[in-house]
Amino acid sequence: MALLQIAEPGQSQAPHQRRLAVGIDLGTTNSLVAAVQSGSAQVLCDDSDIWSVPSVVHFNADGQVTVGVAAESMQTDALNTIRSAKRLMGKNAEDLEQSWLNEHYRFDSTSGSLPAFITAAGNKTAIDVSSAILGTLKTTAESSLGGDLVGAVITVPAYFDDAQRQATKDAAALAGLQVLRLLNEPTAAAVAYGLDNDGDGTIAIYDLGGGTFDISLLRMQRGVFEVLATAGDTALGGDDIDNAIVDWLLEQAGLESLDDEFARSTMKAAARLAKEDLTDKHETVIEWVDVKPGRADTLTRDDFNAIVEPLVKRTLTPCRSVLRDAGVDREDISAVVMVGGSTRVPLVRERISAFFERPVLTNIDPDQVVAIGAAIQADILAGNKPDNDLLLLDVTPLSLGLETMGGLVEKVIPRNTTIPIARGQEFTTYKDGQTAMSLHVVQGERELVTDCRSLARFELNDIPPRVAGAARIQVLFQVDADGLLTVSALERESGAAASVDVKPSYGLSDGEIEQMLQASMDNANEDMQKRALQEQLVDASRVLEAISSALTSDGDEYLSGDERAAIDRLVEKLQAAMQADTANADRNAVQAAVQALEQGSEKFVERRMNASVRRMMAGQAIDELETTLARTNNNNSATDSTIDSSVSG
Amino acid sequence: MQVDLSTNYFELFELPAVFAVDSGRLTTRFRALQKAFHPDRFAAATDAERRWSVQAASFVNDGYQTLGKPLRRAAYLLSLNGISIDEETDTTMDPMFLMEQMELREALEEAQTADEPMDALDSIRKQLRTAMREQALQFEQTADDKKWQQARTVVRQWQFLDKLESELLAIEARLDV
Repeated sequence: MALLQIAEPGQSQAPHQRRLAVGIDLGTTNSLVAAVQSGSAQVLCDDSDIWSVPSVVHFNADGQVTVGVAAESMQTDALNTIRSAKRLMGKNAEDLEQSWLNEHYRFDSTSGSLPAFITAAGNKTAIDVSSAILGTLKTTAESSLGGDLVGAVITVPAYFDDAQRQATKDAAALAGLQVLRLLNEPTAAAVAYGLDNDGDGTIAIYDLGGGTFDISLLRMQRGVFEVLATAGDTALGGDDIDNAIVDWLLEQAGLESLDDEFARSTMKAAARLAKEDLTDKHETVIEWVDVKPGRADTLTRDDFNAIVEPLVKRTLTPCRSVLRDAGVDREDISAVVMVGGSTRVPLVRERISAFFERPVLTNIDPDQVVAIGAAIQADILAGNKPDNDLLLLDVTPLSLGLETMGGLVEKVIPRNTTIPIARGQEFTTYKDGQTAMSLHVVQGERELVTDCRSLARFELNDIPPRVAGAARIQVLFQVDADGLLTVSALERESGAAASVDVKPSYGLSDGEIEQMLQASMDNANEDMQKRALQEQLVDASRVLEAISSALTSDGDEYLSGDERAAIDRLVEKLQAAMQADTANADRNAVQAAVQALEQGSEKFVERRMNASVRRMMAGQAIDELETTLARTNNNNSATDSTIDSSVSG
Repeated sequence: MQVDLSTNYFELFELPAVFAVDSGRLTTRFRALQKAFHPDRFAAATDAERRWSVQAASFVNDGYQTLGKPLRRAAYLLSLNGISIDEETDTTMDPMFLMEQMELREALEEAQTADEPMDALDSIRKQLRTAMREQALQFEQTADDKKWQQARTVVRQWQFLDKLESELLAIEARLDV
């Protein structure tokens, strides 16, 4: 892998070796893993031929963790059987109080900011629970594909905020999974349908799952996907349909309610079966079994439609709102993709088709479509398809801003801004001699800080004392391609700039992840340690190879003799650490040497990349730009400037 | 790490630094740049390269948004010519324009309680769009003639109209539930 491979990653990876990568749909009720095999993406099954893993985790007192179908069978041990943990990802104690989960489980929300389920095996956060599910999917994938994974694309709802995305990444790190990309679920669905091959257009993704509804608009143009806008309802889905059928049954039987929890769940299960039955039948019989022995009701398609109608109507408001947000007319929509089990209901398809005035796409299993799209993207990111042109551009789901005087929010990055993005905002001191400034980063659409979500607080110290308004404090928001935010602040007037990086307070710090990983390594068997070392060695050779080949090709052009010698020394150190007797090689020593080399060669990489870009930018035609990068030799470049000075304002 | 792409967004997108941009060319160039710089193209690269690509892609995104939206493009052209529009000290505005603004604002208030609020809002939106098209034309002329102070006045008025439009959208979203 050469340093200048910008347009075509993976191309020079010779000899070509297929790298195993998977797509994971980490769902609220079910999770699945898929991979591209012999050219087509398919969901992967575990030993019992199950591809849809219930997102349920059971913790017992011995520390044994059970995931999926097996965990579901333990639901009599309700407090230790955790379901719907996704709803708590990236949430704090305050959010928890408003969640129904609070009624079903016992929580410890006092220690730190992450609320934890109290289980027989100790406190477990939503991240721990998700990590257990991801670990199971990883095992399924590795045994099914017959090798180690280089990484995974994990899907998240398009509306997931920064804290929720961070939590998902943390869960993956904890499960030992390298995240190639967090991908929005609707984008994954569009990729699954290959809509990137269909030419330009605007696509609506209608996702009605078990408990949530999302609608997103994507624009596809010349091989680039952009999320234009997204909206939804986090408490609307197939569950509501089941409940509405139960209510209808009660009405038929002249009953007020079913006070027995068991009776309610029995009837709900019967309702779900009836719903599924009516996908292709015109009527179905629902038996009350133990609840009212002998009684049975016939539910016709017409009655069923009348039950579903108000729920479908509720989904239309967000549909109108995304059209408005994106400034798109209904007739501009070129395709409508159906995602989620509830879109099997014929009336849903009919109404949505009528709303968008076109037939809806349903030929891929709506429960699998997201995982399949993620698998296709994972295959590309792993470098298995160097010729693929697909590029997915996401947007920020919520506005990001800072608290200003009077508890107001100054938006720095508005929602639906294409990412990655960096935006600067300048602030100043309001008191003479002020030497510190407190910054509060928030997320949300409202104007008052108290109505938005607090992401982080930090202080900028060591501002040189001056008169009020003289200091120039540049606050920079950087959102990466996964939607994760880093905020930094520096005082530029004095030249002696101070700066601080923050991460959202609801995720885990890198240190914490490292600690947790270390703890799980310590507990695990020797194999795990060997494997961790192996992974570290693979990573190290990748870095070594990249830097060595760059040094050989033009190290002398961009480096002084001393600089070159310094990097050479770091290369030797890394080689030494790697060549230590493999069985005893110290993972940490290799890791430290890799980091030292990466840091030590940063200037070199920077000069080299910038020079190559200048060469490329100097009057090259666009078509060439897309396919080549480093070949031009024309060096009359654009004049120097930095992103710092150009981005603000 | 600093990304060194070009002095300004017009150069980055290979467009002349004038108000009338060829939006097809802008978009084509945007996609080509993103295909070269986006972090997904660096999924297997070193940390340093990945950081570089995040910054480069951010710069391209910001440039696209700046040049792609007429009002932001106009403000950007002013700033390239050394004209700032954010000075709060200067509050003088054409009284005629302010009158029209107040009328529009009142109309917006009344629309919310009208019999057919959506229709009322639609007609205000049309008015706003026409007014903004007018500002765009005026800006183009004054900027082409390098009458920057006049151009600045146009942009400030345009900002008023733009703000009104976002309020209109917010009202529409509130009514549509």
